[in-house]
Amino acid sequence: MRVWKFGDDIDTDAIIPGRFLTINDEKELAQHAFEGTRDDFAKLAQEGDVIVGGRNFGCGSSREHAPLALKGAGVRYIVAQSFARIFFRNAINVGLLPLVCPDTSAIRDGSSIVVHERKGTIIVDGKEHRIEPVPEFMYNIVEAAGLVGYAKQLKEVPLCTKSRR
Amino acid sequence: MGATIVEKIFSGRCAGTVHAGDVVMAPVDGAMIHDITGPLAIRKFYEMGGEKVFDPRRIIMLFDHQIPADSIEAAKNHVFMRKFAAEQDIHNYDICEGVCHQVVMEKGHAAPGEIIVGADSHTCMYGAAGAFATGIGSTDMGFVLKFGALYFRVPESIRTEVSGKFQPRVGAKDLILAIAADIGADGATYKAIEFCGETIRRLDMAGRMTCCNMAIEMGAKAGIVAPDSITWEYLKGRRAVTPFSLASDPDAPYSERRSYDVRRLEPQVAVPHNVDQGVPVGKVAGTPVNQVFIGSCTNGRFEDFAEAAEVLGDRKFSEKVRVLIIPSSRDEYLKILRAGILEKFVTAGALVEAPSCGPCMGGSFGLLAPGEVSLSTSNRNFRGRQGSTEAFVYLCSPATAAASAVAGEITDPREV
Repeated sequence: MRVWKFGDDIDTDAIIPGRFLTINDEKELAQHAFEGTRDDFAKLAQEGDVIVGGRNFGCGSSREHAPLALKGAGVRYIVAQSFARIFFRNAINVGLLPLVCPDTSAIRDGSSIVVHERKGTIIVDGKEHRIEPVPEFMYNIVEAAGLVGYAKQLKEVPLCTKSRR
Repeated sequence: MGATIVEKIFSGRCAGTVHAGDVVMAPVDGAMIHDITGPLAIRKFYEMGGEKVFDPRRIIMLFDHQIPADSIEAAKNHVFMRKFAAEQDIHNYDICEGVCHQVVMEKGHAAPGEIIVGADSHTCMYGAAGAFATGIGSTDMGFVLKFGALYFRVPESIRTEVSGKFQPRVGAKDLILAIAADIGADGATYKAIEFCGETIRRLDMAGRMTCCNMAIEMGAKAGIVAPDSITWEYLKGRRAVTPFSLASDPDAPYSERRSYDVRRLEPQVAVPHNVDQGVPVGKVAGTPVNQVFIGSCTNGRFEDFAEAAEVLGDRKFSEKVRVLIIPSSRDEYLKILRAGILEKFVTAGALVEAPSCGPCMGGSFGLLAPGEVSLSTSNRNFRGRQGSTEAFVYLCSPATAAASAVAGEITDPREV
């Protein structure tokens, strides 16, 4: 599994440009992921590759086409120092796991990576980095292959129930 | 301990006291879907086993990103959505009314105290109506269409107090670009930005919409202004609501307090390729521009065009510049048509397009070639946002856009 390294403030226009938003199929979207920004990604990304970003990954539009395009390219994890809110929710909802790593600056493009999300670590070129723990409800949604699977199990919503984080 | 407006809205809708940090499954008072994110939302609704939407009267649909259909694929998406609206008895404004956020506001689909979601990031604009409004993705929207509710983490609020009177030809857009430069592209992530203070109290609805619209550009979940006489006046004839008081308590637990004085605020320009790269116009004055776009959900209202027309005066736009005028709705179009403003623009050399997202969609029309420069009153200047990833988008106010369109280069509107 290789690392695809990106910088800070990677926006959803960069992940999937506006002109491809008539497409709703993830495999087809994947052919245009990062088009014009990083053209080798769509050509070379392999099943299991991991995207590593800096701060504010996925800022901008609410287009779910962005995490879908990455999922279609075979990505299962995105590691970043922080995520934009809508992208974070969208990623979980389509079954991608966004993982917060406090410092990704030393991680280089093309490195080999293994993710141990339950153990709270990633191993990059043999070196261990800590990642923040993933809340259980996020696992529940990702393991139901996204919010769709989760919603199918629900007969009615538990309205106004609250839980503290 | 007091509560913020946003906490009060969630407490009100959940019939109990909730605080920032609580995760609640809250009822949704209104939902909006459009032609880009709508088809996926409808598919998700069906995949979740949806048969009938939770309440067709609380959902609106419209098409604004690719209208009139600019490709066969877009046309097919429109047909798919029209069929869904007809089957589910959902109000579909279709391609006729304008940009989604403007339409939600002017047709009275957002009111104080409500929780509104839209499958578009700039949904946060309805905070100008005193609603908690936030953008969501298509799968979340599919869930809302089915259940009429969604999980929310009640956000902390940043109190953003604004004082002072704007200089002539400086206004709400300059303010929000300056705030974005100060807070940063992720400085308000997961939070609500509450705009308050004497400047906001004096600001008209158009200006409040401009500010709330761009809360997302700092990562915020929502922007909000406490409803006051200007809000209730705006809602008259749009929505049957009785005014009530909704404001943060003096001892509300804000996560942060910021204050801004606009007396010496200069016109701002956000330079490529991030919205938080705002600088005083003087720093980039003289930059040649190929295209000027006045419009969008951020700045496509009568007040914006009136300001641009005042700056234009009786002059012509530079022959070196393509000027695109795109009103944000049919109502705003009619207002500037009747006021003679459109005639002024057309006489000066502008192109007028039908109410839509225009070049800000980055895939429909008005796109830029590599190396070209656009000056735009819209909300995003990301690489590739208006076409080529090698083009350059600068963001500014309608006044700065008009002054620059006359000069053919970025120009301080106070100097023309």
